[in-house]
Amino acid sequence: MLNEYGPILIFMAIAAAFPLVTLWIMKFIRPKFNPTAEKVMPYECGITPESDARGRYTVRFYIIAILFVVFDVETIYLFPWAVQYQVLGLYGLVEMLVFLGVLIVGYIWIWKRGALDWI
Amino acid sequence: MLENAFNVVMAHPLLLAVIKILIVFAVLSGIVAYLVYMERKVLAFMQARLGPMRVGPWGLLQPIADGLKLLLKEDIIPAGADKFVFLLAPAISVLAAFTVFAVIPFAGNFYISDINIGLLFILGVSSLGIYGIILGGWSSNSHYPLLGALRSSAQLVSYEVAAGMALVGVLLISNSLSMVEIVNRQQQMGVWNVFLQPLAFVIYVIAAVAETNRNPFDLPEAESELTAGFHTEYSGFRFALYFMAEYTNMVLVSCIAVTLFLGGWLRPFSSVHALDFLRWAPPVSLVGAAVFILWLGLQSRVPLERYFFVALALGCVAVGVIISYPLILNAVQGIFWFGVKVLAFLYAFIWYRATFPRYRYDQLMNVGWRWMIPLALANLIVTAVVRYLLSAHTPASPVAWLLR
Amino acid sequence: MAETTYLDANELVINMGPQHPATHGVLRVKLNLDGERVMGSECVIGYLHRGVEKIAENRTYAQFAPYTDRMDYVAAVTNGMGYVEAVEKLLGVEIPSRAQYTRMILAELQRIASHLLWLGTHALDLGAMTPVFYTFREREEILKILEKYCGARLTTHAFRIGGLQYDLYDGFEREVVAFCDYFMPKIDEYEQLLTTNRIWVNRTRKIGVLSGEDAIAMGVTGPVLRGSGVKWDIRKAQPYEAYDQVEFDIPIGEHGDTYDRYLVRVQEMRQAVRIIRQCVERLAPGPIFGKVGKVIKPPVGEVYHSIEAPKGELGYFVVSDGSTNPYRVRVRPPSLINLQAFDMMARGHLVADIVAIIGTLDIVLGEVDR
Repeated sequence: MLNEYGPILIFMAIAAAFPLVTLWIMKFIRPKFNPTAEKVMPYECGITPESDARGRYTVRFYIIAILFVVFDVETIYLFPWAVQYQVLGLYGLVEMLVFLGVLIVGYIWIWKRGALDWI
Repeated sequence: MLENAFNVVMAHPLLLAVIKILIVFAVLSGIVAYLVYMERKVLAFMQARLGPMRVGPWGLLQPIADGLKLLLKEDIIPAGADKFVFLLAPAISVLAAFTVFAVIPFAGNFYISDINIGLLFILGVSSLGIYGIILGGWSSNSHYPLLGALRSSAQLVSYEVAAGMALVGVLLISNSLSMVEIVNRQQQMGVWNVFLQPLAFVIYVIAAVAETNRNPFDLPEAESELTAGFHTEYSGFRFALYFMAEYTNMVLVSCIAVTLFLGGWLRPFSSVHALDFLRWAPPVSLVGAAVFILWLGLQSRVPLERYFFVALALGCVAVGVIISYPLILNAVQGIFWFGVKVLAFLYAFIWYRATFPRYRYDQLMNVGWRWMIPLALANLIVTAVVRYLLSAHTPASPVAWLLR
Repeated sequence: MAETTYLDANELVINMGPQHPATHGVLRVKLNLDGERVMGSECVIGYLHRGVEKIAENRTYAQFAPYTDRMDYVAAVTNGMGYVEAVEKLLGVEIPSRAQYTRMILAELQRIASHLLWLGTHALDLGAMTPVFYTFREREEILKILEKYCGARLTTHAFRIGGLQYDLYDGFEREVVAFCDYFMPKIDEYEQLLTTNRIWVNRTRKIGVLSGEDAIAMGVTGPVLRGSGVKWDIRKAQPYEAYDQVEFDIPIGEHGDTYDRYLVRVQEMRQAVRIIRQCVERLAPGPIFGKVGKVIKPPVGEVYHSIEAPKGELGYFVVSDGSTNPYRVRVRPPSLINLQAFDMMARGHLVADIVAIIGTLDIVLGEVDR
């Protein structure tokens, strides 16, 4: 375990430390943050923003997110099945075909319902 | 003394790993910096111009100058931004992009870790990059970044589904999630997965382009619509981090595609012994590079540049001679072929950028959900059925023998 | 332009411009979005207003001519041409044939240059990065010819009231013909990159559709009008200079969408080359300046003269009170009128299409705001 995952943890630590440490070190070199009203104004093509950005946005993004969860979880189920495919034999094949069949029916349904229509 | 140190390293696998990690990290950073240079140069040549020429000979020091500039810039935090998240978001992107390299086998004899769930780890960790994007866009408190971030995350998750399903096809053939094992499997079969799973390969490549936000799927940062997308409000080093993450991701998806589909570190036709002379490719290509550099250098009128290029060419020849030593020649085989394939992939990425206009967002979602996913599903089912029929009933067929 | 009922708080109001890479200058577009769909739009103009028309009243006729170059600065030759022709009409002078053909050659070269700039930036807006470098490479050749002729590349002030100030330089004809030979295959090159490119077709087909009737109702002119299938070109309808003596076709579109307007403009470049070749053949030695006095003092009266500028009908309305200064100059810039159709074209499209629609209108803000 340690031999396999240890290096990964070290790698992660280095990858995480790199941006933060560099940002911190550079603090001593780079010019001081000197905010002015114009400098810190959010960019909206030179116009003072009229509304808060974190407002409502289209529901499509939520639908995509929900669909993603459905499909991604299903893909995750496929991974162990594919790896053990040899062992499972016909039983595994049929089982997965049924599973995919259910998924495909659902997929066709959301297609027909227009959930895939963007806008 | 040297032998002593060698023994100490060998006795402590973690120490060895740390050394490898540092090498990978340093080399990767360099590659990412010079990938930007390569992109600018290749694009320039495709577009009838020269690209960076001023900083150093042929603009070779440009990435360093750019990096320094970004490091020394004022660190601007826009009003209304969530400071902590604003700081954290680019770091998450970088972390996700770099960490995945821990399980990529660069060669049969050079990888940081070979875990038995390698592919799963890759999919999981690389998905974390989405957090970097959406948190960055959200914390900026500005319209364009938010819209860019939403688009970006919706795009990434859509294509991730298709990419994931395409990879299941590969798993059906290799029966392992370990990246090293997948390459070994291709060696045993004598066929790269791309020939057994061409459709999955195409789907993966398209999804990879989409997941790295590259043309023609670079909508999240469609500069003509959303200015710079999710990193509009970012400047200085934080912007550099996003930039790095994007290019690291490019290298990453190229590495994954090469490992899964193009035989990883394997030589082309590695089972054909008549082509064994190809193992001389590393030194020969280095000498070729030396000739090219020399030719380039001799055209320069600046004496210093000429010396530099001549020195570079001599250096290439020297390295070429060193790696011709049989022991070293064998050792560098894997890394060489892996590098060549990844480079070809990266070149293609740049090529797309020079060629294609950009998709519109709804068109992009259409391609993802209505084409890629059904195709990936079909590929998966057909592969599973064919695989079953071949292994169960007709073991004598040549294809079955290949797949065995 | 937009109906205020759309300015509902529930919809996202987003500003594109004035400082935005795709608005081709300092156009500001206020978009009311439902998700990414545009429910209404409002163009805010005037960021580049310089009072060009007012300046004219304090300048002599000749002094004002260079100012016209600053309106549509990517097609200065045709802008100047419209003005000098209007004043010539007011004076009632004939200009010699050599001057006419020279003007036509330079104007058509300028048309190509303007369309090249449009093609490059339009493609860049839609994410195709490469064409812009190719088109600028060819545009450079045109600018070199212009520079050699009158010493300026952008704001050329190429013509004078009554004819030309300079005769053509030696080798002009040869260089122009060489350019035509060089340029024709390049058009095919652009078309290879874009015309059948699936993404390009997807991005431009059925985008910003303007029917023939709507186009006429909105008063749009030039390629935008012809893209909607209306065969109207001032060079044919009300020929000026010697356009009635050269042969050329008017390319028109079928559907009035962005793709058709793209095809029309590409075809127009081919036609422009055709006109240039004919003009070069007919260039004969002779005088280059008509009978115009040192001091230009037109009789009391008014005149409206319009020409087919690269972007559409460019009209000058000049009123003279008999003094050396114009009493009033009014410009009808094609970009401003074409921009009127923007809201009609943009409704119901996505944000990304706004970029395509601004691009396809081929506006230059110097001309819109004057």
